[in-house]
Amino acid sequence: MIELLSKPWPWYVAGPLLALVMLLLLWAGGNFGVSATLRSLCAMSGAGKRYRFFDFNWKNQQWNLVFVLGAILGGFIASRFLSNPAPLALSTATIQDLATLGISFEGSLAPKQLFNWQSLTTLRGGFILIIGGFLVGFGTRWAGGCTSGHAISGLSNLQLPSLIAVIGFFIGGLFMTFLLFPLIF
Amino acid sequence: MKHIKFLLIGIFFGIVMTKSEAISWYRIQEMFRFQSFHMYGIIGSALLLGVFIVQWIKKKRIRNTQGEKITFTDKKMSVPRYLFGGIVFGLGWALSGACPGPMYTLVGSGYTVFLITLLSAVGGTFAYGLLKDKLPH
Repeated sequence: MIELLSKPWPWYVAGPLLALVMLLLLWAGGNFGVSATLRSLCAMSGAGKRYRFFDFNWKNQQWNLVFVLGAILGGFIASRFLSNPAPLALSTATIQDLATLGISFEGSLAPKQLFNWQSLTTLRGGFILIIGGFLVGFGTRWAGGCTSGHAISGLSNLQLPSLIAVIGFFIGGLFMTFLLFPLIF
Repeated sequence: MKHIKFLLIGIFFGIVMTKSEAISWYRIQEMFRFQSFHMYGIIGSALLLGVFIVQWIKKKRIRNTQGEKITFTDKKMSVPRYLFGGIVFGLGWALSGACPGPMYTLVGSGYTVFLITLLSAVGGTFAYGLLKDKLPH
């Protein structure tokens, strides 16, 4: 059993399980929208005292903070007890494309050369880690949701605004990948 | 503990995200380069089943564990907010290779430096809160 679970999970298993996560969250009295926790963290830090946008009762959102705490623990459990020694089955086309940008692939989830604490002190590494996060946090609140809130929850409820947001995600992602990556790397 | 259900659902979410490699920077690159079906399969199948789940909840008037009817609020229609906000989000998603859910899970998976990315994301949300009234919505 553990051996089977340790293998990479195919999309047709993971996708339906994420829909199940949405169902379970609704059933438990919440909803599936991870980026709302970023706003709660701002409010929790006292930003609501000075700024109206953060002046709400974040305690009503505590369940979501507990959910993301679980997401951290889940990552720990999966990598500790269900880890798979085989390299990630990345497409060869992607490996080649990234190699031309100077990003090597060693089979791990993320490039070890970029995503480590030493990298934070370099100009490029710091840029990716800090600016990348900033854009995600800024954009998600502007758009009113992230991948879970728009691409899964919103589109599941057939919301046109979510479709516009997801189109935006792709415009931004493609612009970064094809036009900015050659300048950054 | 009052929120134990949410903790368990979160753990389940983190395991699914890690084992499906949806938290992988490489997988996000593969997606934006249209070189694999993997990520499209995950989001597409989640969505397809999700549409049925939402319809079922609405039709059967399913209640949550607190006994309240599960409701869905329609998002207010507008274009600039979703399009521009979405573009900014997409730029960050491709760069960091992680949306908010994976940022949390990556920290647990051993990529602890994502704590910094997560903090920056909180900073980004804070900056949005300050500039909100000056941005098109």
